[in-house]
Order: sequence, then structure tokens, then C-alpha cells
Amino acid sequence: MENLTFTQEVKPPDTKKGPVKWLKDNLFNTWYNTILSCLALVFLFFVFRGVLTWVFTQANWEVIPANLQILSIGPYPLEQIWRVSYVIYGLAVLLGLSAGIWDGLTRQITVAIGCLGAIILLLPFEISVREQTLIATVILAVSFAIGRNKHNWKRWVVVGWVLSFPWTMMMLHGFGGDTISTTLWGGLLLTLILAAVGIVACFPLGVLLALGRRSQLPAIRWVSTVYIETVRGVPLIAILFMGNVLLPIFMSGDFQLDKVIRAMIALTLFSAAYMAENVRGGLQAIPSGQVEAAQAVGLTYPKAILFIVLPQALRAVIPAIVGQFISLFKDTSLVSIIGLLDLLGIGRSVLGNTDWTGLQTEVFLFVGLIYFIFTYAMSHVSQQIEADLGVGKY
Amino acid sequence: MMEDNSPKVISDKIPFYRDVRFLKVFFQILFIIGIILLAGFLYSNMLNGLSRQGIELNLTFLNSEAGFELSEGIDFEPSETFLKAFWVGIVNTLKVSILGIFSATAIGFFFGIARLSSNWLIRQIASVYVECFRNIPLVLQIVFWYAIMLVLPVVRESISFFDSIFINVRGVYLPALEGTAGLILWLWYLLSGIIIAIIVVLGLAAFRYFFQSRELHATSRPSFISNIIFGAKWVAAPTFLIIAIVGWFLTPEVPFELSRPEFRGFNFVGGMNFSPEFTALLIGLAVYTSAFIAEVVRSGIQAVVKGQREAARSVGLKESQVLRLVVVPQAIPVIVPPLTSQYLNLAKNSSLAIFIGFPDLFQVGEIMMSQTGQSIPIFAMIMVSYLIMSLTTSAFMNWYNHRITRIGRSR
Repeated sequence: MENLTFTQEVKPPDTKKGPVKWLKDNLFNTWYNTILSCLALVFLFFVFRGVLTWVFTQANWEVIPANLQILSIGPYPLEQIWRVSYVIYGLAVLLGLSAGIWDGLTRQITVAIGCLGAIILLLPFEISVREQTLIATVILAVSFAIGRNKHNWKRWVVVGWVLSFPWTMMMLHGFGGDTISTTLWGGLLLTLILAAVGIVACFPLGVLLALGRRSQLPAIRWVSTVYIETVRGVPLIAILFMGNVLLPIFMSGDFQLDKVIRAMIALTLFSAAYMAENVRGGLQAIPSGQVEAAQAVGLTYPKAILFIVLPQALRAVIPAIVGQFISLFKDTSLVSIIGLLDLLGIGRSVLGNTDWTGLQTEVFLFVGLIYFIFTYAMSHVSQQIEADLGVGKY
Repeated sequence: MMEDNSPKVISDKIPFYRDVRFLKVFFQILFIIGIILLAGFLYSNMLNGLSRQGIELNLTFLNSEAGFELSEGIDFEPSETFLKAFWVGIVNTLKVSILGIFSATAIGFFFGIARLSSNWLIRQIASVYVECFRNIPLVLQIVFWYAIMLVLPVVRESISFFDSIFINVRGVYLPALEGTAGLILWLWYLLSGIIIAIIVVLGLAAFRYFFQSRELHATSRPSFISNIIFGAKWVAAPTFLIIAIVGWFLTPEVPFELSRPEFRGFNFVGGMNFSPEFTALLIGLAVYTSAFIAEVVRSGIQAVVKGQREAARSVGLKESQVLRLVVVPQAIPVIVPPLTSQYLNLAKNSSLAIFIGFPDLFQVGEIMMSQTGQSIPIFAMIMVSYLIMSLTTSAFMNWYNHRITRIGRSR
């Protein structure tokens, strides 16, 4: 055997750090990446130049502050606006308390919302808007401070969250003598209400349908399957239309549902079918040994499903469920087809006003930005929950 | 007195109301009775409601004169029937869905791969694209593109690319291939080519099956089918190609010619024209769905475990071979099922055409409902059309998925 000799000294790996090194590694590491980076830079330069010129010199942004109120609450009567404020204060109390009691994600969300409040305070909104934002932000901060020392209030805060929903609806609709017709609900307010109702209602219905589809009783399985597949096969717009045109025919004459409620029913029935499929995915991931073990220790079948299977199954499909909530939120923009004035509907009606014709781009970009903020926040929260629960880590 | 400590004998007979077998049947019957009662209740309400509105349910209206015009699609006159109008709507929906699926797939794959690029800048651009277009409602995007289409320059000042693509307020004008007089003759050549190829393959397969292989492969004789597949690949395809090429030159006139849009008088003539409504709908559908497809592609490629790439590199495959032979075959089965549901979503979302007045299936149905008042049968027609479309697409994609996963396993 020949004697091996090292002809060349091997240098230790480069451990330098810094911007130059980063650029070398991430943008100019190979010849084709160098070309791509240069092309991308040129592209970005032109895009940014075009967009910024338009935003600062050509666009007419007056339309947004002038219509901010109608975009946020629609034709809701101004003298009743205290109802909306009270709802926001109530939610601020609950959110502040929860952030104080539970740390982690809740606290992050609260801090984000608090920052948003602070930003609104700094922007040149109308004085009444800033006043109410200030009150809400202060309430949020105070209840956060209170909540930090009241760990035994957990149960009451949960009850509060459950009750907040009927409370909100009752406040907005009014009770007793003076009520505000739902035809006056609109703007971002209506979008948020539709999304909240849809999310709250479609979840249990979806779980039931998913369990039904996996049931051992053929009648229940078949009915659930047919429902899920039919609803998933047709567009939402058709179901909204059906709620609007056909539901009155199927209802008995003297009992007619309000338009907003019909939209809520249509949205719920539609997303429940998709929710069912997501939940079914989670159910399939749970080995049958779990139910068998639960039954062996004496749990009845419903109890085994409720306490053993569902918690594991739902945890596994949180991303899919939140994804479904996000698309439900986006889908609420379709209700303007049946004459409701949600955020997009109001935006389009603003454009119908002769003062603001030709400003489509500005209005649509603003409305799109609002949708984007909400959906992006939701997907961020979903990623956080996933990380907190350690889904997919083992 | 002694207490009776002996265990009580549990009777073998369980009362019927605690027998699981009985309860199962009982509850199902109860459930079905409930559903039937609900359906009956709705049905009687429907009859009441219809009689209140003075509408009689029947389908004869489909053959009566429509009386409205449709802005685009296959030729349609107001004097034609409602059924024909509905058909125009179906064709429009199919047209926008199919074009949308192809463009969304191309854009989506591009951005999905770009999100995995080793170049930081490209990665960031791709993820901004995906996040922006995925998080904004599709309706908003469609009305936005439509608003953009309507502020484009007038016909005289069209934006032009290479003098063959023109964009203006009336839509997009593209060059198109148009058949000439020679086309029919060439199609006859093609038909004869197909027939000859089939005869040759069948003959060859039969010959190999009966004579050649009997002695040679007594134990593992190739089946008749595999002979046909072999023949189709190596004999029929070349035969067909040769006939097609020779036929192309034999025809006195070239079968196709490129027709470019030209400005004549007040408008463009020739080529292909997409109306502003169609263009806005197509861009909206393609861009929105492509953002989702990009995510599907990215997660599919990332689902291939790192060890697979490393192993492929360590056995000496080139980077292109690693992708082609190891990563892609394993990523495709992961990508196809969610891709299918994106295609289905695109087809269903094409119903948003109603927001910008493109006469698709749903909008034509809506016009028909307001003209005839026959909302229930028309609704049933719309639902059945969408269901058929969905089921066909998912059946095709399931078949494709089955095929590729089987190939993946056998290798």
C-alpha cells in the first residue's frame, strides 16, 4: 500500500457573519441566482416606483376618510352608535381580563389590539372616534391589570365569553320598544357579525355531520354523506340565492325570516359541510383503540366521543379549521348579491355616489386591505396555536 | 337466619328497549321518519307558497322564446329557446373554468417552486404574492380587475405588444390559429392515419401473440394487451406522426394560418377577442386560485423527506436527476388531491361572474328565473349542472391520482 500524504490543507468552514456574507449566501451564491437577483431587483424597482407614484401623486384618498363611518357601520343610525361602543367596551373588558389571566397567545392578541387602538388614536380620525378608541384602550389596559391578580376568575371569564355573543346581538338589535332593523346593519360591522355567527354556528353542526358521516348506522351515514357532498358540489352563491329566493317559498306564509338571518343560515349550512370534512380528517387520524379503551374503562359511546376522540381529533386539524374560518370570513363578501350592505357592498354603493365615481381602485384597495388585515391575523393566530399545541411535532 | 348471598341470576332476556340491536334500528327508523316529515312539511309549504304566487311547476317554459340577449358566448338570438340560453351559459362557464384551471396551474406551480428557491429575494416576492392574493376575497379581486379593465385606453389608443396583442377598454385581442380550406383535407389524412395505425398495431399484436411468442416465451408469454401497448408506443405513434406530417405538405393549402387582430374602421378584426368581463373573471380566478395552488405545490415538495434528496445525491445523481427521479414522483401523489379541490373551487367560483355581468351558467339561470318565475326547476338545473361538473372533475382527478400512485409503488 502506498503511503497517503495530505497534499493540501483543508481550511476550517467559514463562520463569518454580517450583511456581506448574508448577501453572498442568499442572493449571489451561484451564477443563476445572481442573474435572478438582479432581475428581481429591477422588477421590484419598477413596481415600487409605479405603486408609490400612484399612491402619493395620482390617487385621490379623500374618498376614504369621507366615507369611513359608512364603511365601518353602514347605515346604522348615528344616534344609536353608543350601542356599538358598548359592545366594544364589553369585549375589551373580557379580552383584557383573559389576557391577564392566561398568558401566551391571548396576551399577544390583546397587545396587538391595544397597539391598533393606539395607532387609531394617532391617526387624524374624527374626534368622537378617537374618544371612543381611547376609552376602549383604557378599559382594555385596566382590565388587563385587574386580570393579572385574579386567577380564580377563570370560570367567570369563560361564562362571560359565552354570554358575550347573545349580549352583542341584543345590544345591536335593541330590545324592548326601540329596535334597530337588521336592514340598517352594514359595513364592517355586518361583515364581522356574519362571520362570527357563521363561525360559531357552523362548528357544532360540522362536528355533528362529521360524526354522522362516520356513524355505523347506515341511515344517518347516508343522509350526512349526501348532504355534505351536495353542498360541497355547488357554489356558495347558489346557496345564498336559494336562501333568498327559495326559502320564502318553503316557509309557511305568515312566518318569514329576516334577510340577514337568511344569509346567516345559508353561510352556516354551507361552511358546515366543509367543516365536517375537515373534522372527519381528524377523526380518521384517531386509532380505533382509543374508543375501545374508553369503552373498556366504562365510558358510554357518546362520552367516549366527547371526551376522548373529539379533543384529539380537533387538535389534529386546527390549521384546517382555522383555514375554513378564514374562507368563511372572505365568503361573507358574497352577501351583497342578495342586497345586504356588507363591507364590499357598502364600498360598491359608495362608488355609485356621483361624488366618488372613478375612484374604484382606491376604494377596492382600502376594502381589500381591511379584509387582508383580518385574514392575515387569523392565519397568524392559527400558526401560533399550532406551535403552542405542538401539532405535528411527534 | 341466613342471608341469601348467592348472586342473582341475570336473566338471559334483555328487555327489548335496552337491546342495542333493537335500539339501532329503532333510532334509524325514527331519524328517517323525521326527515320524511320535514320534507313533507317543506313540500306542502312549497305547494302553498307556489299557489299563493300563482306559479305552476312545469318544464314547458324551457321550449318557449327567451326574449333576452346574451352579451357573449356561442351565437344566441333572443328568439331562441330558454334551453338554448342555458346551454350558452354552461358553455361560457366551461370555457372560463378550463382556461382558468390551465392558467392557475401554470402560475401556481411557478410561484410554488419560487417559494422554495435558494434565492432569498425570489422567495420573498413569491410569498408576498401568495399572501396577498390568498387573503383577499375573490369577489373583491374580480370587481377590482373589472374596474381596471374599464379604465383602459379606448380602441384607437390600444396598448399593444409586438403588434399582435392589443389591450383596450373593449377587452383583449390575441392572435389565433384559424383553419383554412385545406383543414378538412388534412383532417381526412389524420383520420386515415389513425385507422391505419390501429390496423397495423392490431395485426402486429395478433402476429406476435399467436406465432412468435408461443415457443420463445412459453412460460411468461406477454399478454395481448401488453403487445398492443408496446405496438401503440413504438409503431402506431410514429406511423400516425409520419402520415400527419406528410399530409400537412400534401394539402394544397396550409391547414392553419395565424390570424392577427388588425385595426379596421372602428374596431379590431381577426384573431381572438376576450371581453372585459371575461378577462376580469379569468384573471381573478387564475390569480386567486394560483395562490392556493402555489401553497399546495410548496407543501407537496416539502413533504418529500430530506433524507430522500440526500440519499439521491449520495448515490451520485445530478441535481436535475434528483428532482426528476426522486422528488417529483414522490411529491405528485401528495399534490394531486388538494389540487383537485382547488380545481373544483375554481369551477364553482366562476359563478361570481354574476357580480360583473358575465353570462355564465348562474347568471343566465338568474335571468331565466326573473323572466319565468320558475325558480325551483331552474335552481334544480343549476345545481345539477354544477354537481355534474364537480363529479366529473373529481372522477378524472381520482383516476389520475390512482394511476400515478400505482406507478409510484411499482417502481
